Amino acid sequence: MLEFIVQYPLLSALLALVGLGAVFGAVLGFAAVQFKTEGNPIADQINALLPQTQCGQCGYPGCRPYAEAVANGEAINKCPPGGEAGIQALAALLDLEVIPLDEEHGEEKVKAVAFIREAECIGCTKCIQACPVDAILGAAKQMHTVIASECTGCDLCLEPCPVDCIDMIPQRESLQTWHWPLPDPASREPQVIATDAEAAEDRAA
Amino acid sequence: MRKIFDFHGGIHPQENKHQSLQTPIRDAGIPPELVLPLGQHIGAPASPIVEVGQRVLKGQMIAEPLGFVSVPVHAPTSGTVSAIEDRQIAHPSGLQAPCIVIASDGRDEWAPLTTAADYRQLAREELLARIRNAGIAGMGGAGFPSAVKLSTRPGSQVNTLIINGTECEPYITADDVLMREQPGRIVAGARILQHLLAPGETLIGIEDNKPEAIAALRAAAQGTEIEVVVFPTKYPSGGEKQLIEILTGKQVPSGGLPLDIGVICQNVGSVVAIHDAIVEGRPLISRVTTVTGEAIAEPGNFTVLLGTPMQYLLARAGYRAEQNRRLIMGGPMMGFTVPDANVPIVKTTNCLLAPGHGELPAPSPAQACIRCGMCAQACPVSLLPQQLFWFAQGKEFEKLESHQLFDCIECGACSWVCPSNIPLVQYYRASKAEVLQLRRDHERSDQSRMRFEARQARLEREEAEKTAKRAARKQAAQQRAQAAAAGGSGDEDPIQAAIDRAKAKKAAQQAGGAQHDASEQEKLEKAVVTTRQRLETASSKLAQAQAEGSDLVTALQTGVDKTRAKLAAAEKALQEFQQAGPALTAGDAAGDPAAAAIARAMAARQADAAMAPADKARNQLQGLEQRLEKTRDRLASSQANGDEQKIIEALAMTVTRLEEKVSAAREQLKNPGDA
Ligand code: SF4
Ligand code: SF4
Ligand code: SF4
Ligand code: SF4
Repeated sequence: MLEFIVQYPLLSALLALVGLGAVFGAVLGFAAVQFKTEGNPIADQINALLPQTQCGQCGYPGCRPYAEAVANGEAINKCPPGGEAGIQALAALLDLEVIPLDEEHGEEKVKAVAFIREAECIGCTKCIQACPVDAILGAAKQMHTVIASECTGCDLCLEPCPVDCIDMIPQRESLQTWHWPLPDPASREPQVIATDAEAAEDRAA
Repeated sequence: MRKIFDFHGGIHPQENKHQSLQTPIRDAGIPPELVLPLGQHIGAPASPIVEVGQRVLKGQMIAEPLGFVSVPVHAPTSGTVSAIEDRQIAHPSGLQAPCIVIASDGRDEWAPLTTAADYRQLAREELLARIRNAGIAGMGGAGFPSAVKLSTRPGSQVNTLIINGTECEPYITADDVLMREQPGRIVAGARILQHLLAPGETLIGIEDNKPEAIAALRAAAQGTEIEVVVFPTKYPSGGEKQLIEILTGKQVPSGGLPLDIGVICQNVGSVVAIHDAIVEGRPLISRVTTVTGEAIAEPGNFTVLLGTPMQYLLARAGYRAEQNRRLIMGGPMMGFTVPDANVPIVKTTNCLLAPGHGELPAPSPAQACIRCGMCAQACPVSLLPQQLFWFAQGKEFEKLESHQLFDCIECGACSWVCPSNIPLVQYYRASKAEVLQLRRDHERSDQSRMRFEARQARLEREEAEKTAKRAARKQAAQQRAQAAAAGGSGDEDPIQAAIDRAKAKKAAQQAGGAQHDASEQEKLEKAVVTTRQRLETASSKLAQAQAEGSDLVTALQTGVDKTRAKLAAAEKALQEFQQAGPALTAGDAAGDPAAAAIARAMAARQADAAMAPADKARNQLQGLEQRLEKTRDRLASSQANGDEQKIIEALAMTVTRLEEKVSAAREQLKNPGDA
């Protein structure tokens, strides 16, 4: 062995490299088969960024189908509920340019929740069939109601209701949802109380 | 002398504490109306247990806690609940929140209290329950429920109990005066906590700018194993984590709790409240609040009932509204501007600051960051404020989190030192809130995704079930057909034969109008024939019975009569069918009653439309006259029968109405020009 290497250094180096290549190729090939990822990982990542309102405004029957379409090259600006922030996130993920929202598919709105005027409901179950997230409760000829915490505000239940008894109630700001705004750099309004005049002078001194 | 440690950074702002230390604590008195927000603490808001109009006594619980991290609310004085509604509260948003409003009656009548002669007799759980039921939430500023903080997990050892008397923020002196005037209650409260937690050591931490408080507490702690520890003044040494580092040299791990390193911290105000709750049974219904600033004539500290409108308290201290630009709750570093002077004092209101015109001016506009690094030097948590600032501007939330944004205590030291006057804390507050909002949104969208997928799976399952059923049915039919073909005509399965016959019949029925008609006629004919047969047998039986003189004669007679009537009906139906048949079969709507009805209605309408207007009117008049005639008859007959008054009246009314209509129709017929 040693003699062979000493005698044919070039050949043995070549052999060694070929051997290594064969071994790693086999390992990689095995790994590719063994650890094959299920589904479409890019579509999954895109889907995780979509708002899951499931409203179909993008022209696809839900967020997942749109995610798959985007993975195959569809434009990223077709989801109104996701809005600007959604487009930015998608652009960052896919390394694309940020483009404005496509007006054709609707505009960004305040989030709303469906509310059924229960006295007027005739119990036709049409809205249940329309709701993409099963957020409506009811039975034939019985009053129906929306589980507000599960409603995504997709508007899909409005149109099928024969007696027009569903309202979309925009969600008001509450103490739970309020938060400090980012400071406006142009504003001269005192926003943060940092110190008083004397201390400021002290600092200057 | 124990070793004092130091924490990184910190600043030395002007203290401005002497203004409010000139007088002892004053009593603010009872305002005519008290507004008590249901959520004065961190955690779930309490839920009201009183009704509007109900009389409540001082110290009575009026709202009970909802959940573990929640505390009750008590009536601060006796009076009547005048409303339970949304009112504006002391919150930077200026939003409204549910409140209980009490109109005080000035009698200040106490509800019965449960005191404990010797708290050492009480079990741990009982002590904690009493602290919780007294509504005590951290009075230093954050408002975290004290009972939650004190409920240590079994097995976790408390090495150090720290009573926080630091009060490092400028202007505020509420804890200082409390320590000067009531050191006994603080020490007694600390001993209750010692009993509850059995800590290795108990320390009271005070900054060295409060010599009177230090002397008073040292005297009161004489003979106990409570140690008063004094350390140099520096902002923000009153921050829980900073104080722990000063006194123990240990750092609370990022994202962790003091208990993780065996420390529990309580503010002196909370300790006094705990003492009052356990020893005297008094719930938390008042607190000491500093009222100060240049726009206040007599600055000082007040014992004020919770729920007192700020306006009322300010008036007590000689508030000069015209000199005041904005009213601040809390101190100049961490406080916020209140939306209105009428919002109520709550458990966390340690100070009302009404600066005059020259005081606390608006910072000059922010300049660009010059990367001087002063903020990083001042930050007590050793963060990198200018990095955080960049990320906050760019909304790079992941980077913000990886730079420990959530360890920022919002002390404002970085903004204070920033030479470019950048409102740094404001960026962190906003970013923190936004990150939390994003997390919540993400949780929600995950939930929606799961529900959407579950629904999708359900629809697929239902569809699959349907197709499977359909396939099974088809297969079964095929098998039967095969069996029939293979079995031949000899040994035919009787059931299969019956099914086939029924199917064939159905097919024949569905095959079209003419056939349908034929079968209908057949049916009727058959009915006539069978009824006639039945009549014959019945009559022969009757004849026999009459011959024998049987007593069944009457029964048989009625049977024969009935059958005869049926026969007549069947014959009539057949006849009618034969007459109507040709007319109906002529149209393509034959056999379908609904279609026939529609066709008839349409024909009638067409006939109507074809009629001249005069003819139409005449027809109408005729119809009306007929109706009138009928109604008159009915009226007459019911009058004759002596029917109920109501019916007669109704009929009479109808008659007059119809008469009017008839005359109108006559008029119209006379002058058709009007129509
Ligand atoms: S528009 Fe957006 S939220 Fe609506 S279904 Fe399409 S991706 Fe989902
Ligand atoms: S309730 Fe209506 S608006 Fe809400 S998710 Fe269902 S369909 Fe959409
Ligand atoms: S569609 Fe309208 S009427 Fe029908 S069940 Fe829903 S809410 Fe009631
Ligand atoms: S506000 Fe936050 S970043 Fe600024 S100094 Fe205080 S802890 Fe540090």
